[in-house]
Amino acid sequence: MPVEVRLPTLLRPAANGSVSVIVDGETIGEVLKALVSEYPGLSGQVLTEDGTLHRFVNVYLNDDDVRYLDRLETKVGSGDVISILPAVAGGSN
Amino acid sequence: MAVLKSALDLIGNTPLVDISSLSPNPSARILVKLEGNNPGGSVKDRIARSLIEDAERRGILEPGATLIEPSSGNTGIGMALVAKLKGYHLKVVLPANVSIERRQLLDVWGAEIIESPGSEGSNGAVRMAQRLATEHPEWVFLYQYGNNANPLAHYASTGPEIYRDCPQVTHFVAGLGTSGTLLGVGRFLKEKNPAVQIWAVEPPTGEMVDGLRNLDDGYIPPIFIDNDGEHLLNRKTVVGPRDSIIWTRRLTEVGIFAGISTGAALAGAIKCAETIEEGTIVIISPDGGWKYLSTGAWTDDLDEVVERAKRVIYF
Repeated sequence: MPVEVRLPTLLRPAANGSVSVIVDGETIGEVLKALVSEYPGLSGQVLTEDGTLHRFVNVYLNDDDVRYLDRLETKVGSGDVISILPAVAGGSN
Repeated sequence: MAVLKSALDLIGNTPLVDISSLSPNPSARILVKLEGNNPGGSVKDRIARSLIEDAERRGILEPGATLIEPSSGNTGIGMALVAKLKGYHLKVVLPANVSIERRQLLDVWGAEIIESPGSEGSNGAVRMAQRLATEHPEWVFLYQYGNNANPLAHYASTGPEIYRDCPQVTHFVAGLGTSGTLLGVGRFLKEKNPAVQIWAVEPPTGEMVDGLRNLDDGYIPPIFIDNDGEHLLNRKTVVGPRDSIIWTRRLTEVGIFAGISTGAALAGAIKCAETIEEGTIVIISPDGGWKYLSTGAWTDDLDEVVERAKRVIYF
């Protein structure tokens, strides 16, 4: 299923400058693998060598962090938007 | 009511108010804990006192010592109040883009403000404070993001208060900043009832992440890692400024005048209420609305306020 993946500024150079790309997949893991195979420059940036999420990367399915859903097994559906964001400190301090 | 010996004794024991009339699910109660009732006006008074008194016990605070801390406002204000009463000096590394009232309150309590670039958000303030603390070993850096006295304040007070006032709690929803509130309250509530669900609400990172040059500049608060936050949280959801402001406004219908991050927590609770059959959701209101009057959040055109909120740290 084709879904939209939004990329953060610092990953865009590795994806020909794209702000968002359309890739295929039924789960978050499949989508990220398809993304990396289309843009090999992203390998190691989103997924680590052993296939887990990079620790300083948060991946959101719509508004929800997939680490607290089913991680890479999280199912995606039509119309879903996946956002990749670097981990940063929140504000309430 | 007994006479209190010090304003420090006003910290904690904040009220829990039923605002279920705002719930979209008649079987899902929503209660809000009003942390704006603390003497410095926010939930951060709890950790300010905890961080400073823990340092006193460890003997790392000499009388008259100078403290440095990165803060987008509330921790700085709380620490400035506690420091003033205890005779310490405080330097707060504050992102340039916080509301004017946060600066004014730091001035009230006599804190010195060191400005960090607004575009770098809280991350930039943390980095600058770390650098300054290294350059000035004579300053004491208690580091709210990496000091267990932060979550412990909530484990020892906020969590027990919630359970005492509402043992029926099934869901706890709070904003994710340093992660201290979620870690401390979450751990306490799960020890009492492992079925309690802990939901984190976070603001969109917006333009702040544009300043990052590579992913390894990213940041996870050390206390979140040390306390295994990833296993404690059950859900983490982003709430944008529009929903935050809409729900901040809705709160006035039930007589609650709260800061914009309370609207964000309430938006998270509304989402939670929509996904559960029944339950009792407790949310934290980190502060009152006073510090945000200059943003026009309640009275100005919604679209304009949302645009303004994108440029200001309100969380």
